[in-house]
Amino acid sequence: MFLSYFTEQPMNAYPDDEGRKAGYTALMFSNKHFDPVEGSRLYNERLAEYQLADQVGFDGIMVNEHHNAPYCMQPRITVWSSILAAVTKNVKIVQLGNPLPMYDSPLAFAEDIAMIDMISQGRLVSGIVRGAGQEALALNANPAYNRERFQEAHDLLVKIMTEDGPFAWEGEHYQYRVVNPWARPLQQPHPRIWVPGVFSAETIQWAARHRYPYISLNTPLHLTGQLWQTYDDAAREAGYEPGPENRGYLLRVHVADTMEKALEGGRQFMWMQGEFTGLGYPYWVNPPGYGSESRRLDYAKFSNGGVFKSGAAPYEDQLATHEIVAGTPEHVIKELRVVLETCRPSILMLWGNDGGVSHADSLRCIELLGREVVPALREIGDELGLHSPFELDTPVSLKMSPPDTLSRSM
Amino acid sequence: MAESAFSEHTVDVAGCTLRASSAGEGPVVVVLDHSISDRRWHALHDALAANHTVHALDLPGFNGAPRPAWARDVRDLAVLVGGYLRKAIGSPVTLVGSEFGGWIAAESAVFAPELIERLALVGSAGLLPVDGCIADMMLVSHSGYARQCFAHQEAYDSFFAGGLTDDRLLAWDFNREMVARVAWKPYMYNRRLAPMLAEVTAPTVMVWGERDQVMPRSCADQFVSLIANATLEVVGDCGNAVALERPTALADIVHALTAR
Repeated sequence: MFLSYFTEQPMNAYPDDEGRKAGYTALMFSNKHFDPVEGSRLYNERLAEYQLADQVGFDGIMVNEHHNAPYCMQPRITVWSSILAAVTKNVKIVQLGNPLPMYDSPLAFAEDIAMIDMISQGRLVSGIVRGAGQEALALNANPAYNRERFQEAHDLLVKIMTEDGPFAWEGEHYQYRVVNPWARPLQQPHPRIWVPGVFSAETIQWAARHRYPYISLNTPLHLTGQLWQTYDDAAREAGYEPGPENRGYLLRVHVADTMEKALEGGRQFMWMQGEFTGLGYPYWVNPPGYGSESRRLDYAKFSNGGVFKSGAAPYEDQLATHEIVAGTPEHVIKELRVVLETCRPSILMLWGNDGGVSHADSLRCIELLGREVVPALREIGDELGLHSPFELDTPVSLKMSPPDTLSRSM
Repeated sequence: MAESAFSEHTVDVAGCTLRASSAGEGPVVVVLDHSISDRRWHALHDALAANHTVHALDLPGFNGAPRPAWARDVRDLAVLVGGYLRKAIGSPVTLVGSEFGGWIAAESAVFAPELIERLALVGSAGLLPVDGCIADMMLVSHSGYARQCFAHQEAYDSFFAGGLTDDRLLAWDFNREMVARVAWKPYMYNRRLAPMLAEVTAPTVMVWGERDQVMPRSCADQFVSLIANATLEVVGDCGNAVALERPTALADIVHALTAR
């Protein structure tokens, strides 16, 4: 198994009442409520937590990027990736992911990826995403071309990483006279590309067609079977047999020394699930042209709704359905066995701390996860045959797959 | 006018099929509708058709009309409209455009002045306001923006009789996506339009709703100052969508323009 630590990096030091008063805490919730003194404290606490995660046995640290909202303090994925490249020694740096269509330069992403991969001595996983709909408004990136830009930027990124320059690129959305970055990734043919998502069939199929592992972001456990069926069908059509090595899962898991304390800390996962933080309007989440054409009416109905109300089930219900796991290490290991048996991922992202969990409790959670839960999960993973892409040394993509590993020629 | 009284036709321009409805007799008036309109023929067209030959030209890619997938700029749409005027009509017309349709009309008047003998821009987009901001449909809901374009709830309810049907919501969704495809950034204006408006020779009337909450009045004033032969008509107690909220008043203004 590949076991990674994750936190959204909540900016929990802002006045809650202002969020409630505004009625939303995303996109246009004023950054006058962002206190940089508190921000500095929180960033440096996260830094110490990541360094601990590097020392206690995790395989990776997952980082991401969101904008204009207190639920996530990572507006530039490459910044934290770069820092981790320098201050960690063991973990892989898992970007889930680089929001390619949100920026106008895939070349800049390629340069960032190459630098981070070299500085980290080949520890980068360069995941890619379309970016959430709200980011299109925050970064003013046209949502109507989001999917086209994602695919073109991916094609260019892979070409940059695998072919010698200089060459020109004359695409629909990106044009370069000279592509010839003097920075190339250490890992050959290129760092692994993983694709996270919440349930979009198009994205699942796209990942499968490229043989990129799909990382399901907190999808309810009972839906993962349907998700993997979609992936597996596309994979077989592409000419290879998929397995756990193609599957990743992000799950909220909080651990403490006692059940009482763990359940208290786990409740903080409800912090961004709609009580007040992370509230936004559905038309911000789904700007024009962003959603699947095949589900236009569904998306339009959703977008035309009023203030987003949390669709999240109560905390206790989510504990019962394993959407949140909280407890002592022994309890969590038992619960995660059920998750692994049901979902069968080889990549597990342990979202450990959120909301107002203190720095001290976050450190303790990471320590217990790393020293007690992670080793047990490795054993369970071996028992269940959940071997990661690194353990199996799988090809990084369909394009890079040896022909004799495919059921039909490409 | 009964629905059977107008005819529908298509014209191919640059590989894109343009759809239009037409009826009436008299001087030719071509109407480019508001982006929230989900009806190809409505009271404005009826009122104009009483003494004009009216062509209600669907905005390319709006209301289910074929989308020019290659279009990236409002000027691309203006070129298509110019092609329609040449191929379907062939002589100078009065061009009436509302909001987004007004922007296309203004660009068309710049590029094809020989095809446009009179121009009416109604709550029109196209210019960066010197005072105030253009209301951004991308930050509000489909129905929220549509409602914002009216001064009166009753007028909104009347035009959108039947409420929020799936077809209406789909039309709005297609329309706002088409706006995004060509006018996401900068939103609803073109810095290159203002200097080129000096090339518009047609007598022009700017029509603005007194209670327009979408396009600042300063835009109307800017158009008037930039177009050599332009005047401003303010329609009282009306929002941005004059064509939908006060169609008879707009028809009277257009009629006065064509009678000049």
